[in-house]
Amino acid sequence: MVIQALVFYLFAAVVVASAVMVISARNPVHSVLFLILAFFNAAGLFLLMGAEFLAMILVVVYVGAVAVLFLFVVMMLDVNVAQLRQGFLQYLPIGALVGLILLVELVMVLGAWVLAPGTVEGSGMPIPDPSQVTNTEALGRVIYDHYIYLFQAAGLILLIAMIGAIVLTLRQREGVRRQSISKQVARQRAEGVELKDVPSGGGV
Amino acid sequence: MTDFWSGYAWPFAIIVAQIMAIVVPLLVAVAYLTYAERKVIAAIQLRKGPNVVGPFGLLQPFADGLKLLFKETILPAGANRIVFLAAPILTFALAMVAWAVIPVAEGWVIADINVGILFLFAISSLGVYGVIMAGWASNSKYPFLGALRSAAQMVSYEVSMGFVIITVLLCVGSLRLTDIVLAQQTVWFAIPLLPMFVIFFVSVLAETNRAPFDLPEGESELVAGYFVEYSAMSFALFFLGEYANMILMSAITTILFLGGWLPPLDIVPFNWLPGIVWFALKVALVLFCFLWVRATFPRYRYDQLMRLGWKVFLPFTLVWVVLTAGVLVTFDWLPQ
Amino acid sequence: MNPLLVEYLPILIFIGIALGLGLVMVIGSYVVARQRPDSEKVSAYECGFEAFDDARSRFDVRFYLVAILFIIFDLEVAFLFPWAVSLGEIGMFGFWSMMVFLGLLTVGFIYEWKKGALEWE
Repeated sequence: MVIQALVFYLFAAVVVASAVMVISARNPVHSVLFLILAFFNAAGLFLLMGAEFLAMILVVVYVGAVAVLFLFVVMMLDVNVAQLRQGFLQYLPIGALVGLILLVELVMVLGAWVLAPGTVEGSGMPIPDPSQVTNTEALGRVIYDHYIYLFQAAGLILLIAMIGAIVLTLRQREGVRRQSISKQVARQRAEGVELKDVPSGGGV
Repeated sequence: MTDFWSGYAWPFAIIVAQIMAIVVPLLVAVAYLTYAERKVIAAIQLRKGPNVVGPFGLLQPFADGLKLLFKETILPAGANRIVFLAAPILTFALAMVAWAVIPVAEGWVIADINVGILFLFAISSLGVYGVIMAGWASNSKYPFLGALRSAAQMVSYEVSMGFVIITVLLCVGSLRLTDIVLAQQTVWFAIPLLPMFVIFFVSVLAETNRAPFDLPEGESELVAGYFVEYSAMSFALFFLGEYANMILMSAITTILFLGGWLPPLDIVPFNWLPGIVWFALKVALVLFCFLWVRATFPRYRYDQLMRLGWKVFLPFTLVWVVLTAGVLVTFDWLPQ
Repeated sequence: MNPLLVEYLPILIFIGIALGLGLVMVIGSYVVARQRPDSEKVSAYECGFEAFDDARSRFDVRFYLVAILFIIFDLEVAFLFPWAVSLGEIGMFGFWSMMVFLGLLTVGFIYEWKKGALEWE
């Protein structure tokens, strides 16, 4: 039990510290690297709660994919940090407002949970015993039939994301010669080779 | 006090001993993989390969290691020092940590977790960070271009690797690596899922940046790719990490498709050998294929590489996932 | 302690040992070998010239596109994991539920193929 508590405080401290570093680091690339560290330790916290599948998915999706995109964006665009800082005060009221709303929401969610524990348990799904069923299987049993509408909605969101990404970022470059593999394969000998009889001593 | 010893110190010491029992043989294996690579390629090209240091050149890898240890660590002037030094350490550590869940024989595993294959998938998706961090921190053009190419390439092939893993999981019904091996007692998955086996092997070549997909370090255009600026031990760590990754990927291939530690047939001459020997033999076989491919094929072109990943492997594996699931569901062959 | 966590403790220790080993090797080499940097040694590797400009330049937008598409497919794979494990219990309904999901993404895939988002030159 002592180890569990120690590990919890280790992960929690690193999450909080790296979250602070994300917003205070001067170099945006360092911010992203700290963000990755925070994700990683958050995965550790998930593990401590026994949610091993979610922990791994957090690493695969957020660290392995989302943060790669973030890194691509901040590394390769020459972001002028000084210029960004100038606009900081201008956006402060809006940022503070968003933060405040989130805080109120969090308090409301947590408040409801503390005051009426029944609201969480009232969702209708019995929670299987973790020693009998692994949590991957337990999730698999409910996502695809009980929560089918939400699952399909997730699919739709992914579809929209895919189309949106293409619409926003894809620019066709002009004047590029592309390889057409089918054309290449379909080429016949007659198109490519011309035989000529050259009389000896006559030249071509 | 006795509680401290029996409750914490001993289990901790045992765990550390187990980890060392994995790490030390692994590092020796990496050293001899570099030797084997040079010998195998030499044999294919009708040369002799290293044969001066020690009998048959067997001490060559250690000579190389010592040389790198005594070289000067150069920190480029424009580099971001912390990230620059963290990148090789990260690459090396990731290649090591994944071994915690690999079962080398029945019950011989440090952590037999429920989501073993997902853990490996997560670790291999982190491999891209070592590359991007190295390329960016060096602040030099060749590493930057190499890192960019490498990141896009690793990411592209990871998707099809994911689908291949799903087809295997459909036949197993568990994410635990031990269960995956035990599900192959009747037949190795390489036989019913042969196309997936081939695609997995090719994707692994791309994922580990090996020939013919070694464009990130294509020496004729990018000098050495993302580790141009590295020297001494930080270079050696990249090298160790890359080769440890090759061994790791071969081990994963063995577990997913070649029946892990199981003998080919469960009859007398075969099941005399202990499981770990079979495991090592199979890993060595896959590694030999890595080297063989390197000596045989010319390098791919970048547009063809991307085409192969996104337009051939991705649709093909996706269709295969649907087919496998469809067949298993209709005939009710699914594992319970 | 929770039996599930007992399985993960060695991994945590392993991460510590692996990072420590890497660090020791780098520091060891730094201490053992003679360090004599000079301005030519620490300059960026170029073909003879000094570098004209910063190496971290803008690059082709396709790399972002690849990263975005990768996120989407990675999520798809993430949804497939629990499905593959529990297909035996959710049976036909679960199978068709996933087929609809995959069908949606295949529409997206065909769209990007036709738009030429997968073309490199």
